[in-house]
Formats: sequence, structure tokens, C-alpha cells
Amino acid sequence: MSVVSTVAPKTRRGTELVLLVGALVIVLLAYTNVGLAINDTVPVDLATLGGGFAVVALIFHLVLRWKAPYADPVLLPIVTLLNGLGLVMVHRIDLAPGDPHAGPKQLMWTAVGVAAAIGMLFLVPDHRRLRRYTFTFGAAGVVLLLTPLLPVIGRNINGSRVWIGLGGFSFQPSEIVKILLTIFFASYLVQTRDALSLVGRRFLGLPLPRARDLGPIIIAWLASLGVLVFESDLGTSLLFFGLFVGMLYVATERRSWIIIGLGLFLAGSYTAYLLIAHFRERVELWLNPFNPNMSDQIAKGLMGMGAGGIFGTGLGQGHPELTYYANSDFIIPSFGEELGLIGLFAILVMYALIVERGLRTAIACRDGFGKLLASGLAFSMALQVFVIVGGVTRVIPLTGLTSPFLSAGGSSLLANWVIVALLLRISDQARRPEVEERVAQLGSDDTQVVKVR
Amino acid sequence: MNVPIRRLGLVAAAMFCALLVSTTIIQFFQARSLDDRPGNRRTLLASYSKERGSILVGGTAVAVSKPTNDDLKWLRTYPQGSLYATATGYYSFTYGSSGVERAYDSFLSGNSDKLFYRHIIDVLTGKPAQGASVQLTLNAKAQEVATKALGNQRGAVVALDPQTGAILALVTSPTYDPNPLASHNLVAAQNAYTQLLNDPAQPLVDRAINGNLYPPGSTFKLIVSAAALSSGKYTPSTLVPGPAELRLPGTDNYLPNDFHNACGPDDKVSFIKALQISCNTAYASVGMALGQDAVRSMAQKFGFGQPLSIPMSVTPSVFPATLNLPQLAQSSIGQFDVRASPMQMAMVSAAIANGGKEMTPYLVSSVRDTNLDVIQSTSPKVFSNPISSQVASELTTMMESVVTGGTGTNAAIPGVQVAGKTGTAQHGSGENADVWFTGFAPATNPKVAVAVIVENGGTVGQDATGGIIAAPIAKQVMEAVLGQ
Repeated sequence: MSVVSTVAPKTRRGTELVLLVGALVIVLLAYTNVGLAINDTVPVDLATLGGGFAVVALIFHLVLRWKAPYADPVLLPIVTLLNGLGLVMVHRIDLAPGDPHAGPKQLMWTAVGVAAAIGMLFLVPDHRRLRRYTFTFGAAGVVLLLTPLLPVIGRNINGSRVWIGLGGFSFQPSEIVKILLTIFFASYLVQTRDALSLVGRRFLGLPLPRARDLGPIIIAWLASLGVLVFESDLGTSLLFFGLFVGMLYVATERRSWIIIGLGLFLAGSYTAYLLIAHFRERVELWLNPFNPNMSDQIAKGLMGMGAGGIFGTGLGQGHPELTYYANSDFIIPSFGEELGLIGLFAILVMYALIVERGLRTAIACRDGFGKLLASGLAFSMALQVFVIVGGVTRVIPLTGLTSPFLSAGGSSLLANWVIVALLLRISDQARRPEVEERVAQLGSDDTQVVKVR
Repeated sequence: MNVPIRRLGLVAAAMFCALLVSTTIIQFFQARSLDDRPGNRRTLLASYSKERGSILVGGTAVAVSKPTNDDLKWLRTYPQGSLYATATGYYSFTYGSSGVERAYDSFLSGNSDKLFYRHIIDVLTGKPAQGASVQLTLNAKAQEVATKALGNQRGAVVALDPQTGAILALVTSPTYDPNPLASHNLVAAQNAYTQLLNDPAQPLVDRAINGNLYPPGSTFKLIVSAAALSSGKYTPSTLVPGPAELRLPGTDNYLPNDFHNACGPDDKVSFIKALQISCNTAYASVGMALGQDAVRSMAQKFGFGQPLSIPMSVTPSVFPATLNLPQLAQSSIGQFDVRASPMQMAMVSAAIANGGKEMTPYLVSSVRDTNLDVIQSTSPKVFSNPISSQVASELTTMMESVVTGGTGTNAAIPGVQVAGKTGTAQHGSGENADVWFTGFAPATNPKVAVAVIVENGGTVGQDATGGIIAAPIAKQVMEAVLGQ
């Protein structure tokens, strides 16, 4: 573990503020650009809407100064930029003829997401507290995952039963489940990692864990299989699967898990290919997106990206609305069309930076639970980006997920802001000087101490 | 746990690298081919986002883009409806384009590399980009007259300037109105297109250049005459056999004259008279005497079997590859498997008119940018030199006799020497003849060469001949060009 130092490391909150202002300037310029390109005027609500967005981001920054001063300074600016660009694109697609009005909703959910993230920082002053509720999180995750299958509140939208709804309000629980199960796994694996990695027999040269250690994992595993089979949500099930394997590998440090996981994955994919017509269709479209007898949604996205080329058509000057789900699953091709390859590279690099900061936090973190949780959250972000961007750019078959912070959708925004709050909380803990942490621990035992800062 | 976390980072890095590669492939390497995919709405929308250049006849725009309020910003309209559809073609959101709209698309749309530097200035000055305009060679009066003269009859008219090859009239009947096809109301466009497609009269087929081709009938005698005169064995006064009917060698079949009489006393006729009265037996025997190679090679020199685009591609006319003697006899009067387009027959007349020098027909005279600077202009090109000027002049004399006192008197224009040849082509029992006229005027200083075809006897039906039906149409078109 790290060396105890009496010199307090820099909090870097000032750096964060500079980056954040830069991000806000880019977002406001993008918003103005859309207004000029489509309506030939500077948007009248630039001051109110844009200002409101800036205020929300700055409030989060102030909360970080107060509740998590040592938190990673790069995460908030990047996330603000992504969220802001997503808002601009959702709004831009609203302006195209015949499209729904998702912009105001997205703005509302941005506020809700930031509020939830701030709430998390208050509610969870130390991420290790989450360990107290290991099985509560696990059970809540599984239950929430299965709610779309319930008769009254479950909603079947576009062939996948992954939504719940009450009245006009709908929600995709799998986004929240992703967080709950990551916490559960991190917590559970920290407890059982020794058993999982040491106890057990060897089979064909692979060390296999005991059945009882595997129990909870198998339950979660079956639940994710249920997502695939009963909710036809390939993307989510692929995401959960990759996440489980990744976290098992980190926890046990055994490559055998990767081999087992990959084997299961290949077997599962092949079985799904044989059994599920929906999946076969996706594979066919992956190999031949211009098949005239099938859906042309991938084809339309590809043609949009082609139209954008390297420099893009410019915000508001392309036709992203021609692609189905242009503001949700296909928002990446929308960006590709209007901001070009350059803009897409910038977005991918921002995602990569979030992942990199998350994994860096995991390495710097001093407790096993925090390490596992941070690497799980970061890896889930990487997986999600890979599955959806890879899906629309034909690296893998399209399975349908949201692009974190960009896609229209409240549940996705909310979940990703919570993930960022957790990463910020862990990084605050990881970068906080040891002394202060000890003081904090002592403080909780009602001991008189002298504050060092 | 740090080692596996680092490795997980490598996995994540690999995944992001895959995405950088895949997006680069799509947006850099495949961008062009994606844009060019048929049915790519974005490419179409982009082409509608700027003002498309006009297509002009004389000083009048016959295809012009008008601003609209819908999401396709410019509507293509054809102010004179179907009159110029043969030349302009259509420009449809759903069905693509045809004619000059298609052949000159890069100029009209403003995408041509030749416009690149001009557009840089537009970009810098913030001026909206605009396509170049295309000037056609058509003569408005000739086009109107030809269209009106054809009326409801199926057929085609082609008029050329024999000295340059410029196309003065290009008419096919029935034709279509390109306006509904260009409509932004996609259902209306679809209905219009389906209707045109299902019409038994095939209005979308351009009979002037790429219909199913027609047996040229007696107009083909011009080519046999050219071969005969070029051989040196014949002059206009040479006496040739002209019986009432000719027994085809090796068969019991007889090839008769249309008028069922001998062409002259003692079954002999002068070569000039044979053309004047369109003597079948004379041309059948002359053709057999010349041999198939001589006739075929002359047909090829005039353009049979040769590719041509004006810029729309013209279906090559056909002279059969190998013939026995009876087939050669029939081919020599433009029957059997000989097939020609009206454009080809107009070119034959134009070549004779131009002293034996055949010019390449062209429909576009120039392309101008928005400042009216000429970007490209067509200079006349020689297509071929099928006959000598001596032969051309002899042929002209023979053709004049057709109009002054032969089968083509209906083409005569008072005060103007007109040269011509009629044709009445049988094309199957039970069908009326396809009737032809081709010729030029004035014979001494030709300004216009013309070919007219009317399918299936036109309005006269069974009794139709080239002289009755086609010659008056040709006369009117020639008059229009000559300003009479």
C-alpha cells in the first residue's frame, strides 16, 4: 500500500474548473451552431437553457469541492461535455421534421442525473459502506431485472421487453441493474476471492471453484440469461456477461476465468444463433447490412457516416433524422455524419478517458472492494461503448444499447451519472492522503482529533 | 489485483482501437462508395440542397429549379411539359434521372471538378452554390412543329444541322410530362411513373434513338445507291434491271415492286429513275451485283453497328452479318433483318447533304456557370467520311428527283430545292407499314437534314406510304428550320 505522507496532495479542483468551463463553452457553441444552421438565428433560449445547463454542472463542481475534494478532476468535465453534446444532438434531431420532442425530457433527466449523483456523494461518504448491503443490492438487482416481465408494468418496445412503465413514465431498469450488480459482485468477490481462486479442483488443467462459492454468481448469471431469452435484450446480456468475466478475472487474478468465460460465451452465442431467429437476423445484417430484404437501419447509419466523411457536414447540416433511432441507439452515426470522423474520434477518446480514469482509480484505490468496484464500473463503460459503437460500425452484430451520456433516454443518463458519482467517490478516497483517511476513521469512533486540513 | 486491472485496461484499449479502425474504414475508406449507393437519400437530399442549373433551348429554360418550402429545397420543373422531355429527360427523387439531366448531372448539380475553383470563391463569399446551365442545340420552332405534326401518331422525328451535326429537333411520340416524375409528392411521382411504365404505347421509350429500331425500308436504298456509285460501276444514268417482279435466286419466291409494274421499258430503268420511283427489283439486283460486303461496309461507314452517344446512347443500327443471295436482295431494299434508328437515317441524309462528310450528332452546345462564363462547349466533330463529294453530289441529284417528280413530292417546299427519300417498310403480316421519309434542304446549301418515322401507317393505316404520311411532316420541320 501507499507510503504515508504528511504533505497533502493537490486537490486539482482548480484544474477541474478550467476544464469544465472549456467543456461548457464547447457545448454552448455547438448549441448556437445548431440554431444558426437550422433556423438561421442564435437560439432564443441560449441564455436560459445553456445557462441552466452550465449552472447544473457548476453546482456539481462546487459539491465536489465540498464533499469530495480529492476526486479525479477530469471526469466531471468530460462527462459534462458528453452530456452537453448529447443534449445538442437530441435537440438538433428534434428540429428535423417529423421527429419526437425528446430534448426537453433529456434536459430534465440531465438535471435528475446530476441531482442523483450529488445525492450519491452525500449518501455515500465512503464507498466501503456499500459493502454492508451486498446481498440487498444483489437481490434488488435481480428483482429489478425481472420487472419488465411483469404483466401490468412491463412494456414491450421495438421487440424487446426491457421497459417498465406507469402512466406516461417509462424506465429501463437494466441500466440501474448494471450498477446494483456491479456493487454486488465487487462486494461478493472480495469476500470469496480467496475461495474462488484457491479452493477447488483442477479439471483439464483448469482450476474450478466449489459449487457453493459459485452459487450467487450462477443466480445472477441465470438472470442475465433470462434477459437474453425472455426480454430479447442481446446488448444488456452481452454487457452483463463481459462485466462478470472481467470482474472475476480481476478478483481472482486467474486467466482460467477468461477461458471459461470465453468458452461459455462462444457456446452461448452459437446456441442463441441456432435457437433465436432474432439473433440470426442480427448476424445476417452484420455480415450484409445492405440486404434488400431486411431492415436497412444499419445501412442508413453507415450511409450517414459516409455522408459525414472526415470533417462532417456540420451540426444541423446533415440528415441524421433519416436513420431510425437517430437520437438513441444510432446517435453515434448521427455524430459521425455531422461532426465527421474527427468528431467521432474526439467522442471515442472522451469515453476512453473515462475508462482510463476509472481503471487508474481502481489501481490507486487502497481497498479490494473499491478496486473491484472501480474497475467493474470502468470496464462496464468500455463494454457498453464497444457494444453499441461496434454494433453500428459493424465490428460486432448490432445488439442495441445506449451510448453513455449521449443517447436520449432518462434511465441511461441517470445510471451513468450515478456511475460517475461512484467513480468520483472512490477516486476521492484513493487520492486522499492516508493521514486524513485515518483521521476520518478515528472520527467515526467518536475520538477527539485535530484536523490537519 | 493491480496486474489484472492493467490487463483489463489493455483489453479496453484494444476495444477502443477496434472502434477507431471501424469508424475510419467507414468514414474515410468507404465514404465515397457509400455515397454512391443507389437509393442513398442523403446524397439525393444533398443534390436538392442547392439550385440545379437550367437546361436551355435558345434563351428559354426548359428545365429549371424553383425554390420550395418542403425539405427538398428545390423543385425541378419543366415549363413546357412534354415538349422537350426527349432531350431533357426527367429528374426524379425516386426514379433517378435520364436524358441530359443524367448525362450532364455533374455540371447541373455543380459537383463537376471543372467547377471546383469557381465554388471555392462561392464558399468564401458565402454565396449558395449553384449548378451550371446547359445549352441545347435544339431549334424551338422545329421541335414544336415536329411534335405537332406527329400528333397522336407513334413515331419519331430527328432533324440535324448537316454541317455541324447539331441536333435541331428530337421528338418521339408518344412522350411524357417529366413534371409529375419530379414531384416532391412521392406518391404522385410513383403513380405517374407506374402509369408511364404500364402504358402499352411505351411513352418512356425514345423512338428517335433507342426504340426497338425499325426496318428502314426504301430509305436504305440511299446506302445501296452510295455503294453502287462509289464502286465506279454505276452512274445515275446507268441502266439497271427493273422488272415487275424479280425471282430470288435459288427459290420460287418473287420480289415485287410496290406498284406491280416494270420500272421501265424492256424491264430496264435508269439508276436515277429507280430511286425516284423506288424500284424494288432494281435495287435488289444492284445489291446482289455489288455483293453483301460492299453494301455492309457502306452501311457501317454511315454508322450502322457503331456506338454513338449524343450524350444519350443511340442504339446501333443493324445490317445482318451473313446473308445468302435472296436475303441480300431483301436487305438491299431495307427489309429482312436490316434495322435502323431515325437518328441513323437522319445521319445518312446529313452526310449526303454535307458533301460526304458525316458529322457526329450532338445535343449540348455549351455549358455555362452562373456568371455565364462558358465552361465547356462542343465543337463539331467528323463522325466518318462514307462517300466522296462526287458521289454525294450525284446522290443529291437523285434525291432531288424523288421530291420533284417521284414518291416524295409531298415534301416539296415552294422556292426551295428539297432532296429526299421515302420508305414504306413491311414488318409482319397483319400490321400496317412503318413509313419513313428522310432528306435535306436546300439541296445546294443544306441547312437541315431530317428523318421521320411513323409507326404502323399512322392515321392512314393500311394505305399509308412514306410519301403520304412521313413526307409532309419532314416538309414542315424543314420549313421551320429554314424560317419559311
